[in-house]
Amino acid sequence: MNIDLKNEYYPPELIEQIEGVQKLWDSSAAESAAGPVSRRGFLKASAGVGGALVLAFGYADEADAAQAAGGGGARPGGGRPAGPPFNPGAFVTVHPDGRITLISKNPEIGQGIKTAFGMILAEELDAKWSDVTVEQAPINAAVYGTQFAGGSMSIPSAFDQLRRAGAGARAMLVAAAAQQWGVPAAEITTADSTLTHAASRRSLSYGQVATRAASMKVPDAQSLKLKDRKDWKLLGTRVTGVDNVNLVTGKPLFGVDLKMPDLKVAVFQKCPATGGKVASANVDQIKALPGVVDCFIVEGTGLPTEVMPGVAIVAKNTWSAFSAKKQLRIDWDYSSASKDDWKKITARAQELSKLPQGATVMKTVGDVDEALKAGSKVVESFYTFGFIGHSNMEPQNTTAWYQKDPAGDKLEIWGSVQIPDGARTLAAKVVGVPQERSTLHQLKVGGGFGRRLMHEYACEAAQISKQAGGIPVKLMYTREDDMTHDFYRPGGFHQFKGAVDDQGKLVAWSSHAISFAGDADGKRAVQGGGWPGANDFPAEYTPNYRLSTSLQPFAIPCGPWRAPGNNTSGFLVQSFMHELAVAAGRDHAEFLLEVFGQKQPAPPISGGPPPGPPGGGGLRAERATAVIKAAVERSGWGKPLPEGHHHGLAFHFSHQGHVAEVAEVSVDANKKITVHKVTVVADIGPIVNLSGAENQCQGAVVDAIGTMALEVDIEDGRIKQQNFDTYRLPRIRISPPVEVHFLDTDYTPTGIGEPAFPPAVPAICNAVYAATGHRIRTLPITHEGFSI
Amino acid sequence: MLRLNVNGKDHEVDAPEDTPLLWVLRDELNLVGTKFGCGIAQCGACTVHMDGAPIRSCSVTAASAAGHKITTVEGLAQGDALTAVQKAWIEHDVAQCGYCQAGQIMSATALLSTNPNPSDADIDNFMSGNLCRCGTYTRIRIAIKSAAQTMRGAA
Repeated sequence: MNIDLKNEYYPPELIEQIEGVQKLWDSSAAESAAGPVSRRGFLKASAGVGGALVLAFGYADEADAAQAAGGGGARPGGGRPAGPPFNPGAFVTVHPDGRITLISKNPEIGQGIKTAFGMILAEELDAKWSDVTVEQAPINAAVYGTQFAGGSMSIPSAFDQLRRAGAGARAMLVAAAAQQWGVPAAEITTADSTLTHAASRRSLSYGQVATRAASMKVPDAQSLKLKDRKDWKLLGTRVTGVDNVNLVTGKPLFGVDLKMPDLKVAVFQKCPATGGKVASANVDQIKALPGVVDCFIVEGTGLPTEVMPGVAIVAKNTWSAFSAKKQLRIDWDYSSASKDDWKKITARAQELSKLPQGATVMKTVGDVDEALKAGSKVVESFYTFGFIGHSNMEPQNTTAWYQKDPAGDKLEIWGSVQIPDGARTLAAKVVGVPQERSTLHQLKVGGGFGRRLMHEYACEAAQISKQAGGIPVKLMYTREDDMTHDFYRPGGFHQFKGAVDDQGKLVAWSSHAISFAGDADGKRAVQGGGWPGANDFPAEYTPNYRLSTSLQPFAIPCGPWRAPGNNTSGFLVQSFMHELAVAAGRDHAEFLLEVFGQKQPAPPISGGPPPGPPGGGGLRAERATAVIKAAVERSGWGKPLPEGHHHGLAFHFSHQGHVAEVAEVSVDANKKITVHKVTVVADIGPIVNLSGAENQCQGAVVDAIGTMALEVDIEDGRIKQQNFDTYRLPRIRISPPVEVHFLDTDYTPTGIGEPAFPPAVPAICNAVYAATGHRIRTLPITHEGFSI
Repeated sequence: MLRLNVNGKDHEVDAPEDTPLLWVLRDELNLVGTKFGCGIAQCGACTVHMDGAPIRSCSVTAASAAGHKITTVEGLAQGDALTAVQKAWIEHDVAQCGYCQAGQIMSATALLSTNPNPSDADIDNFMSGNLCRCGTYTRIRIAIKSAAQTMRGAA
């Protein structure tokens, strides 16, 4: 297991989930040494409605699983569904009529996991894809283990589990056919939802044996034989998203689409400056407005991750709520509010950058100060990057129903979140409902990007429902609420010193990261701050290396943003690496490959190719080298380009993904940058859905190009930008062709929602240097006079 | 009482004069395929057709839509028969989170109704009012060209 649990990157709820995965992997490693471990999970079967085979993969005993069967609940667009609940706990249901229902356990946030999970199950099941429907799982850790979307971990954490669930169901179908035909199971083959006994030329569909299969002995999950990769038919192919038909026809899917009887719509106004409190508000005036049901002051818990003080309006519909909000007049008490100001922050950072090193040394290798003195060429650079928001297209929202009950009050939530159990337990805590009396129904998420790892909107919805007297409310953020009350990707600063020797080899690298502390005593770094981790590249690849940090106090909430930390450390490290290559007078690709060749004594590596324990094994020089070489070759690096076009290269490792990118760029006389093409080469192990994986890489590049030119302005403790007229997300014009290549390797597969983002910005900025001789050291690039 | 014609059906709606068409569609007529993104006609998630032309329903009052034919994403397909644009969106697996895609499809449909063979520049110009935070623009271009080809073949 090799996941660095950087507290500063992720919220505690996600770390808890990741630790859940870690336990599973550790038990998996223990198991290979000492036999099966029950914690790893087991298969169990039951006869479903109408004689279906229902195969679950349990993590707890039967009693827990039975408790899970409470499911049901309202879905977007309708009331509570009629009839029996769908079989909660099942990964695979084979219906007698031949339909196959597969369950996707993790939130779908745009990363395509619902399709990918279905494909993994269907591969081992040998199901015909057109027979398959994929459904979103109920939230139940006892049945599904961890359920979250974050850290690009869905694929690595569930790959083995889902393969075994699919293989187990297939084994039971085979056993049923063997019994029916009176032949050995070993003589039966499966393909396209069909069982065949070649010797007697007989075949049966899965549906035909489903009922019999449900009574077969459930195989031991760990002794199941999984397919050889060469026999995969579905994995690695292009499969269109399972929700696509519903999307293009406008079916209700997302959190905002939820409808249920007597549902009211709520809006919530918090203080523009974090930490401000409500002194007074025109609550009575608001209550008298048309369509308004209630209006009240919410005291809050004082934590931005839960509920901050504000005023809630509950109305009969969205427009009544939005209209009433415009009439809201709040007198804020700013005495304890944030005074954060970017200009002051920048001035202080520039002072700190003059120190020989930061206040805390995170990593030292060799003697960097001596090596800098002895270096043939020494380069010093100061980098700056601004704060940015998430701007999910679906604004934050949650439906919550605090239900008064003589047996003990309950909380029910319908949410578009990234950590369902984290949202549920936090919201329950806020309104004082015991965890076991709270439920959450996961809905499709209109964009994650890390924003929905935070769950304050769910807590607010629960609190508003409670304070409104226990009625169901859908809390809707306006775009202005969403943009001014985000958990921002922290800005920051970085002072580099580096040296190459007279052979042009990298010999010294000093990094001083200047970031922020979010706590009162100034010690705990804000989440998602952008500097390399202590052992991140190039720590292990430079004979003399130092990473140190200095923190400034900051009160506005920060949080994880797609490839947290990496989304800026990739820009910093790969830009400065290019600066050193230029100083050495070397070709960038050659220089970078040489650095990967001078790895220092290796840290212990876990993981490796299947069937070893998953985890990926961390940064591997041979994988980095392979993607860089492939990117060089595929992009035509070093070969003639059209007049005025220039190449830039960058590599970054994150989330177990090794990704190299080459950008082809031109810059006009007005410093307007045009990205003509980006070549992406990634090694993320075997590909699950080629279409989805490629789409993630293409989207990450567009996201990166747009983000280069974006920031939120921070003045007097508040965010200036309110909407998309001033926070200008990239539009179709800037989107270049993105050529994506995946290396065919046998490493444990990992997710690609994040790792393709970090190399894109430095690749483009390195190309801008090649085109203009100007080194971009500030994001957004607009501060250096550039535009996209 | 407002009288609206949406997807070929007449509706009577009781809503204040200033209510944007978007909220009548979503909250009163239960047509939630049309999405709220910004409320100021910047993102295009709420794009619908008024007499065939694309409009941002968050910034047009329902009252001003009375007397016009409104089409939403739910009204494109004839029964189960999807349009060429919808099919192209599925074939090229355009969506990631999918939240903006109804608006993208409405804009793309309007583009192809007036320009059967759009260039990249035509597409970039016409589609510039629709944001996609996931960055699926590359595939949107491909899907529009693919749908255009299908439609030209059928014509």
